[in-house]
Amino acid sequence: MSRLHRRHVAVVVILVAVLIGGVLLSAVVGQLTMSPTDVVGTVLQSMGIHTSWAPADDVTVQALWQIRFPRIAMSLLVGAALAVAGAVMQAIFGNPLAEPGVVGVSSGAALGAAVAIVTGFTLGGATGIALLAFVGGLGATLLVYFMARSNGRTEVVTLLLTGIAINAFAGAGLAMLLFVGDTASREQIVFWQLGTMNGSRWNEVAVVAVVTVLGTAAALYLAKQYDLLSLGERTAGHLGVRVERLRIVSIVVVAVLTAGAVAFVGIIAFVGLVIPHLMRMLLGPAHRGLILTSCLGGAALLVYSDVLARTLVTGADLPIGLLTSLIGGPFFFYLLRSARTKAGGWA
Amino acid sequence: MSSARRMDTSVPALRAADVSVELGHKAILSGVTVEVQHGEVLALVGPNGAGKSTLLSVLTGDRAAGQGRVQVDGEDLAHWHHGDLARRRAVLTQENQVSFPFTVRDVVAMGRAPWQGRPEADGDDVAVEAALAATDVAHLSERSFPSLSGGEKARVSLARVLAQQTDIVLLDEPTAALDLRHQEDVMGIARERASAGCAVVVVLHDLSIAAAYADSIAILDRGVLAAFGDPSDVMTAELLERVYGIAVRVLDDPDGGSPVIVPVRR
Repeated sequence: MSRLHRRHVAVVVILVAVLIGGVLLSAVVGQLTMSPTDVVGTVLQSMGIHTSWAPADDVTVQALWQIRFPRIAMSLLVGAALAVAGAVMQAIFGNPLAEPGVVGVSSGAALGAAVAIVTGFTLGGATGIALLAFVGGLGATLLVYFMARSNGRTEVVTLLLTGIAINAFAGAGLAMLLFVGDTASREQIVFWQLGTMNGSRWNEVAVVAVVTVLGTAAALYLAKQYDLLSLGERTAGHLGVRVERLRIVSIVVVAVLTAGAVAFVGIIAFVGLVIPHLMRMLLGPAHRGLILTSCLGGAALLVYSDVLARTLVTGADLPIGLLTSLIGGPFFFYLLRSARTKAGGWA
Repeated sequence: MSSARRMDTSVPALRAADVSVELGHKAILSGVTVEVQHGEVLALVGPNGAGKSTLLSVLTGDRAAGQGRVQVDGEDLAHWHHGDLARRRAVLTQENQVSFPFTVRDVVAMGRAPWQGRPEADGDDVAVEAALAATDVAHLSERSFPSLSGGEKARVSLARVLAQQTDIVLLDEPTAALDLRHQEDVMGIARERASAGCAVVVVLHDLSIAAAYADSIAILDRGVLAAFGDPSDVMTAELLERVYGIAVRVLDDPDGGSPVIVPVRR
């Protein structure tokens, strides 16, 4: 038991170190190359500690605080939210292939957000988009849940087919909005479909931060019950879990996290698939550790992906969703294969 | 735990009164009344599709009875608080699946979940070790559950049920996937739990095992209770022949043990 505990601590420490490294790297590289001392200096200065590292150049300070820092914060939060949403979905579906992007929750949320953009729906600044994204995401999650489950289990085939149907429907909705929308909103919607961290603003970051913290806290609180749920719904019930309530709360948690992630940066697929799977391989399936490390791992993955997105092609900002799908697609094939060869994978 | 209740033999640990279940328009159970006292093993037997598992799921509350009532320690099942019920009663279902690769020890420790945050939780480790030993799976404790054989999974699930340390235990075909020795071991555990004051309900196929280990036997036949009572009273060749549709011999054990029930083979 203590060996596993030590391993947990080691993984968390490594993830935090990787994460901090990623944040620093992400702050330094880009169109304007900053020195690490500029970054540390301006952060210290904002905390009221004046050092000789603080950049004298106002352009550097502005670039860091107005463009780069919100972008980094957004990648951290979105990565964490998507990875935790993936871990929770897998827990309630009892299926390691469930993921917000794959089963259509992300496109549902994107459709909601697109409706907000095209119709110009606002409610307290950035929250209007997030709210409609939540409505769309919740609708999609409920639909997948009730379509793909039978006798308390979710079959892989039904799950994926339901995902195809929802993705197709949301895709048609998005296409229609593209058709009726004006040029500005069209451009925004196209970027969503690709997923990008470009142009993240602090007020959006604040919304996503609230959503991610609340959703992750709820998931951690429910973690013990997710462990019991893996014994099957009946047995979880016999162990005192109120399965029906757990499901509903979890569906809302998934929708909230996914909507928060999708509302401002668009669809970034496979984070919720790859990260929980890796963490499960490292630490085993117990959900408390899984959710905590997925949160860190998801954040790290997107910070590094964003660095790649900004630097891979000089002078261009690649869509981050393109990168995660490039990594996630083949990984998904691998998971499908191993699920198929394992007994009951297709059952 | 609740020794006061155990002593009170007038209130059955578990009672299903006049229970009926319909699926579509087909009656799965009609008018079944059974009960089990603390300190007793009740065996539910009958042919495939007779309604044994349905009756068990009505007793656990997983399936609502269309008619009739189910009581746990004299209290209607619906009135029980979720957590209290989990501390009073443990259930082994036939599905032995675990969605993620938890280790055997993790799975057994999950049986302790209802006691979390209570003084009894101090006994978690002892309960888990005892359950692992009793079901002969201690050597598998670090293995991943999905990698086990059918019989091993069944024993680990039983260990989880034992670790829950409840006064009432319901077991749906606990011997189905087991070899000869482990079948006897499992029924020995059921017997031993009953001696410790628990009420045990067990669904069985092997009539000789039922006759050997149960205090009372309920024989179901197409959803109706064909007989309910002492093994020596209900295990008759005529009744079994009628229920199972095959000629049966009830043989006396040469060493004076419980009767052996075998089909007539010519």
